[in-house]
Amino acid sequence: MSNSAPLAFLHGEAVLEKPEDLYIPPDALKVILESFEGPLDLLLYLIKRHKLDILQLPIHSITKQYVSYVELMKDLQLELAGEYLVMAALLAQIKSRMLLPTHEELEEEADPRAELVKRLQEYEQFKTAAETLKEQPHVGKDFFIANAEYVDNALDEEKLPDLSLKDLVLAFGQVMARVKTLAHHQISSEVLSTRERMSRILRHLSENNGPCAFVTLFDFTEGRQGVVVTFIAMLELIKEQLVTFTQITPQSEIYLSLKLQE
Amino acid sequence: MAFKRLSDEQLVELVEAAIFVSEKPLSKRRLQETVLQDFNISAKRLTQAMDSLVEHYSTRGVQLVEVASGYRFQAGPSLAEPLSKLWPEKAVKYSRATIETLALIAYRQPITRGEIEQVRGVAVSSNIMKSLLEREWITVVGQKDVPGKPALYATTKQFLDYFSLSGLEQLPNLPEQQDVKLEQILSDPSVREPS
Repeated sequence: MSNSAPLAFLHGEAVLEKPEDLYIPPDALKVILESFEGPLDLLLYLIKRHKLDILQLPIHSITKQYVSYVELMKDLQLELAGEYLVMAALLAQIKSRMLLPTHEELEEEADPRAELVKRLQEYEQFKTAAETLKEQPHVGKDFFIANAEYVDNALDEEKLPDLSLKDLVLAFGQVMARVKTLAHHQISSEVLSTRERMSRILRHLSENNGPCAFVTLFDFTEGRQGVVVTFIAMLELIKEQLVTFTQITPQSEIYLSLKLQE
Repeated sequence: MAFKRLSDEQLVELVEAAIFVSEKPLSKRRLQETVLQDFNISAKRLTQAMDSLVEHYSTRGVQLVEVASGYRFQAGPSLAEPLSKLWPEKAVKYSRATIETLALIAYRQPITRGEIEQVRGVAVSSNIMKSLLEREWITVVGQKDVPGKPALYATTKQFLDYFSLSGLEQLPNLPEQQDVKLEQILSDPSVREPS
């Protein structure tokens, strides 16, 4: 059995030797890189491969194999996470500490491998936990959620009451009729901006501090175009829910007022 | 305030309809806050209604199940295999790194990214954290009171919903670490390096 770290896993079998002068396609490189999740993963693999217990952790041979893997990655010019190198240094350190002669007085000193063993145990615990979690029954494989197909169930936005709008238009008709007889001049086009008119109406309403009669919001001297723009501005304000209009009876005066924001 | 009245049968119907049309699981609390807000339904009555619905659906093709976020209808494991043919596309495969990270958060929450990296022995990629956050399986629940104030992560109800669980305690137990009498074994002279 070869002592070198596996290059990759092909069909579940470990590939151990790097074929000489072989172009390694990027997909294979990916396989190699993703073989191990990190130094702990690699170490665990090396240990188990020899059917050894983590607890025994033969430092010498493990370090050797570990280092040869790191070297291999360098040969292949694959970038390894820095943690691999840190681990290599740690292994070397542990190894050298174990080679030091033991002193009776220093028997309290912890085994240099102890810390690493703990880490390996902990990692193994979560590696297994992750595998178990992956196999847990879950949505999409074991459960399928049922419900009515999502359609836009949002409530229809509040529409303007149809009847009142008709009354508004009729009222505007009356305004137009009066304009025809009263117009002095046509106002110039710069003044005919709807937005500007909307602001004007809002200002008027807030200054008045109460509902304003519909007709009072029109300037008849502006002529038909001006009056039309005013009306359009009103409709826009109503649509944007900035003003509201009321009418006591279908024939009575219409009043506009600022809509109170909730 | 006068509440409207609802008979037991009507209550069951209403709750059934609500859970059915809702896009997400509905908890009893949410039911009370929304569809039941105009009716004065006691907790006991609601529980009875839920229980009878669960019972009613226990023999159907879909079951009414309580998961972490609330109640939802789902087709159970027994029918999963033939049903899966409705979706020929393969489901997303999560990388080992992602599941290991998720497992650590699930079992050790709240936990910082640094603590996760400590156990795994490698850095956790930002992509993994991002995808887990986007999927709403994990969330930040606070900060650890150490220099740097790293974020503390925990799993969410949606995480449990995915496994059709109603609580963290239902997750499989952590595998036991190899039972160690570390000091004993390490001091055992027979445990030696192979020469």
